[in-house]
Amino acid sequence: MSIFLAALLLAPGSAGTSYLTATPIDTTRPVQVSAVTGDYLYWSFPATAGQQPELTAKVTLPPVADRHGYQAWTIEVFDGLRRRQPCVAGEQSPIVTNDATEVALGCKLRQVRSWAEPSDQDPLPGTYYVRLSSTALPEQDLGLPLKADLTLTAEKGDTGADQGKLAAPLNPVNRPGTVMTETPTPAPSSSATPDESWASDLVPEFSSRWVWTASGGFLAAIAGLVGFSFTRRRRRA
Amino acid sequence: MIATSSVLGATPAEADETEVAPQVELVLDVSGSMRAKDIDGQTRIAVAKRAFGQVVDALPETTQLGIRVLGATYPGDDKRKGCLDTQQIVPVGPVDPAVAKAAIAALKPTGYTPIGLALRAAANDLGTGEGARRIVLITDGEDTCTPPDPCTVARELAAKGTKLVVDTLGLTPDEKTRKQLVCISTATGGTYASAQSEQELTDRVQQLVDRAALPPPVTPAVVAGTESCDKAPVLSPGVYSDRERIGEHRYYRVSLQADEELRASVSVALDRPVNRDYGVLLKAVTENGRELVRGLDAASGRADVISAGLRWSSAEKSDVCVIVSNSFASATAAAAPGMPLELSIDTVKASTAPDAPGLGRGWLLLLVLVVAGLIAGVLAGWLTRWWVATWREN
Repeated sequence: MSIFLAALLLAPGSAGTSYLTATPIDTTRPVQVSAVTGDYLYWSFPATAGQQPELTAKVTLPPVADRHGYQAWTIEVFDGLRRRQPCVAGEQSPIVTNDATEVALGCKLRQVRSWAEPSDQDPLPGTYYVRLSSTALPEQDLGLPLKADLTLTAEKGDTGADQGKLAAPLNPVNRPGTVMTETPTPAPSSSATPDESWASDLVPEFSSRWVWTASGGFLAAIAGLVGFSFTRRRRRA
Repeated sequence: MIATSSVLGATPAEADETEVAPQVELVLDVSGSMRAKDIDGQTRIAVAKRAFGQVVDALPETTQLGIRVLGATYPGDDKRKGCLDTQQIVPVGPVDPAVAKAAIAALKPTGYTPIGLALRAAANDLGTGEGARRIVLITDGEDTCTPPDPCTVARELAAKGTKLVVDTLGLTPDEKTRKQLVCISTATGGTYASAQSEQELTDRVQQLVDRAALPPPVTPAVVAGTESCDKAPVLSPGVYSDRERIGEHRYYRVSLQADEELRASVSVALDRPVNRDYGVLLKAVTENGRELVRGLDAASGRADVISAGLRWSSAEKSDVCVIVSNSFASATAAAAPGMPLELSIDTVKASTAPDAPGLGRGWLLLLVLVVAGLIAGVLAGWLTRWWVATWREN
């Protein structure tokens, strides 16, 4: 019993088994879960415009003696609409030989943009899903115990290159649907309604553009003074 | 289900309040083979009993747990009788640990292994309620009572749309058992694990029961897509489940108000062995069939689901048809039931295209501003000189 309790206390995290049950994670603390080979592990995390989320995972594989061949692992990231997001850096799909004891995976996303055309696949603010799984492994190696560690970091980049704002972040809908039998009443739902005042629409968020524009104005004022002094000097001469 | 949903449609918030406690049933194989002494030098049944005891002790209070056994009572050789041997020893409900442990302690490894029958019975035990339902099947050997093939039974149960997930656990499984259990869990969207030691068994059962106690945030509403746009069901924002056969196209309809954005995503679950490469396509079209936007994904190798999503908005009020199609190929029969499909629909305020930026950046901007400032300064200087000169003259 005591061993069991200890095991419970030591279990520092969990993972979901589908998009709907994905376990939320954040940047503050890494997660470690026990699972078995063949499991599909799902996590979800929020991202805001300007962030560049990066995931690093480490899978401690089952004992070498129990395994029979190569394993291909993959870490995949999907946005709130379950659209695949490409990784721009990191070892996304490593293949390990049967003498490896662990496998390291990583995926760095593109910088999350504040707005994109509806037909674009650009990363947008909202929920992201992570799926850690093995895409190929010997059939007899299914179901063996392993440990998976996942760390999320989200470096805040500059949003200066972006304009526009998404009306509502890409969050999943968490309620069962209803089939409508008659003409629907206008009831625009939203998974999250942003409560923004007109001021935030008018004044752009802080970015490098503020620095460039302000310093430009400062330099222009100095240049104005310099220009003025040219004319003064010429008069004295 | 659809009927009740449309009645509830006016007040979707109420649906969340009537939450049903998640139910889980442990199905334990007590067939003769469980006498084998090969887990840490002890019999499989002794290990399973202890693991169950620990799980029952640590059970969350809200969990509705039941226990069913198979092959526990009939010791004879008559296969017909032996293959009907399955009983529920703890009814599904809040568990009294003492009673449950006493029932488990009394078990003796005895007869055949009618897994298919036990699965059907377990599905019955759990009823057809609204909440999430899970079966945890623990066995050490393959079904000895085929037909019915347990994997076919699992497919049938899944196809009934009863939101039933079967997780399987093999006790030191051989190749045949493993393949059968993997097939059962894949067909229902469950997981498979093997246990070689008592610790592994306890941990995994505990993990599965914990998972069952934490139901998904939403139970998708069942819907049936049609084969053309005009007959398609009109969907409101929410999550739906459906089934799609290989190569089939399913149509759904969404009514969009002016300046509303449609957000749709779909996941198709790979519930059977499929050929190596596959894909899913989600298309939004007008009522006349003109394509508006598409979302697609393709992959190869093992996967549980493949998903795609799309966004689309219009300044005018319109009806949009959403088509889900797939490019799977499978050696198993392409006939019904189809593959499980999860569709999520949302409508939000449309995002407007941004104006030109209000602020600038870059060296060119600085250069332009400096030159403009310099010219302004020089002009101001000349102006001042001219003004001072004229003032002096007067």
